[in-house]
Amino acid sequence: MTKHHGNRVALLVALSLITLLVLAASIRYGAIDFSISQIAHALASIFPGRPEPTLDQRIFLELRLPRAILCLLVGASLGVGGTLMQALFRNPIVEPGLVGTSSGAAFGSALFFVLGGMLHIGTSLWSLPIAACIGGIISTYLVFLLARSREDGRASIVMLLLTGLAVNALFMSAIGFLSYIARDPQARSITFWSLGTLSGASWKAVEIVAVSTIVGSITALRYAKQLNALMIGEEEATYLGVNVNRLKWIILSVNVVIVAVATAFTGVISFVGLVVPHILRMLGGADNRFLIIGSALTGATLLTLADLIARLSVRPAELPIGIVTSAVGVPVFIFLLRRRRYVF
Amino acid sequence: MLQANNITFRIGNKPLISDISASFVPGELHLIIGPNGAGKSTLIKVLARLLRPQSGSIEYDHVDVRDAGEADLAKRRAVLSQAIEVAFPLTVREVVMMGRYPHFGGRPGSIDAKIVDEVMAHFDVTEFSDRDYQTLSGGERQRVNFARVLGQLWRDGAKASDDVQSKTCRYLFLDEPLTFLDIRHQIDFMKKVRNFSDAPDVVTVGVVHDLNLAARFADQIILMNLGKVIATGSPTEVLTGDRIRDAFGVEPSFVPAQSGLYMVFD
Repeated sequence: MTKHHGNRVALLVALSLITLLVLAASIRYGAIDFSISQIAHALASIFPGRPEPTLDQRIFLELRLPRAILCLLVGASLGVGGTLMQALFRNPIVEPGLVGTSSGAAFGSALFFVLGGMLHIGTSLWSLPIAACIGGIISTYLVFLLARSREDGRASIVMLLLTGLAVNALFMSAIGFLSYIARDPQARSITFWSLGTLSGASWKAVEIVAVSTIVGSITALRYAKQLNALMIGEEEATYLGVNVNRLKWIILSVNVVIVAVATAFTGVISFVGLVVPHILRMLGGADNRFLIIGSALTGATLLTLADLIARLSVRPAELPIGIVTSAVGVPVFIFLLRRRRYVF
Repeated sequence: MLQANNITFRIGNKPLISDISASFVPGELHLIIGPNGAGKSTLIKVLARLLRPQSGSIEYDHVDVRDAGEADLAKRRAVLSQAIEVAFPLTVREVVMMGRYPHFGGRPGSIDAKIVDEVMAHFDVTEFSDRDYQTLSGGERQRVNFARVLGQLWRDGAKASDDVQSKTCRYLFLDEPLTFLDIRHQIDFMKKVRNFSDAPDVVTVGVVHDLNLAARFADQIILMNLGKVIATGSPTEVLTGDRIRDAFGVEPSFVPAQSGLYMVFD
């Protein structure tokens, strides 16, 4: 093992431990604080033959626990989404929120609620995430397409960010319109969509997001080495044996799906995908295998911390989590913008 | 052996190279020269199979490479371009290791680590091993890239005798690699390329701008202009006053020199 490799493994182990710690804090503290014995009793009540759970225990099992786990999963999705997007666009200053993926997914979801409500469309468990994916695919592809330069087909980062800005504005106002005409309570809240919140968490949501996060991350890991090669250029990656077009389509698809599915249940949460890979690169370098695993862990941790802040700072009320992530993310974005290490 | 048969490459209606045929034999250094816009870079990219010609074929070891798999081709063909843009913090060692990517699946093996060490030593970049690639100067970066590219084609010394028996060649392409290098490094570089290209199973084709360097180091020169091959042959055969005048629009004077052919231009 090289020195770097050893360091990275140690780092990932440390990150895993921190994630567990933060998870523990997340299930303990909130609008109500649960003591460790309360948590133990609540968990025990799931087993057959035990007494029915009390109201507090039910709150824990049906609200607090799924929320904490969903938060980990969504954080992981957004972290991995950021890493994949940066690898794909070969620039450390992009993330799903900035290039339109999240707002497109939110729009798809909002449309599903509004139309589903109006047209009484039969819904399966997967209809919502699929609607989100379609929205996310449309918005991301739109940005990708509009930002390409006519000469070499390469998307300049400035064009990407500007087009992302425009597409975000478009979809967010569309969501605003849907909120205005919606009868469905979930679609009515534009705050829910535009600033994100974990308050709608349920075990159903956990199931779905777990599948997309885990499958997506494992798929992405398989392509980590090819993504590394892409870092030195598309031409160079081709010379190293990578089928660049295929790689781009696969990674873009995985990227959009994991972010869209998460967004369907939590609304738009920005900047996680920007900050997380940046932190990891500072700690352990740019190898994508390390980054993908690390971003899943770090994203989970950071979002859980953000959710803790969102729930504790104005309790028993709660802030939309997007306010917390933006408060941290925007200064980081500006800082990154001012450094000159980009291929513009 | 590399064979190009009647290659034409077009963008839209405009042919960048027309009906080019050429042979490149192992053990020799072939250099392509020509004025700007002659199609030199395009030809190299077609030969390296980055671009696919609209008509004609390219054969590596007498086999058409049109349908060869990317991964397979990458094990025996490497290209050194002008400069690469890296937007992430990669160490020099990581960049050089990428040259070995076609040769291992998940993790690099000990042989890959060994080759990376050898190749970095060969180009004097071992001292930069843990440095961020972005912090190097243009010339230093190009040495790192050359190390990476040769690492892709490097044969382990212990296995050399087996490979000489094998029928497949290794193909090295150089697309204006001397840009950004100072004169000392340009000459050093050409000497190393010359050395590598002498191997009996290596086919080397490069594009350079400096006619004197081409004259000094090439076994074969291909002069191009306006998308066609004007002349092929040894430096003295190709680099005549008339041809240089026609293609480059400058007036050459031939000066006797120790290293052979040397020209001064006006």
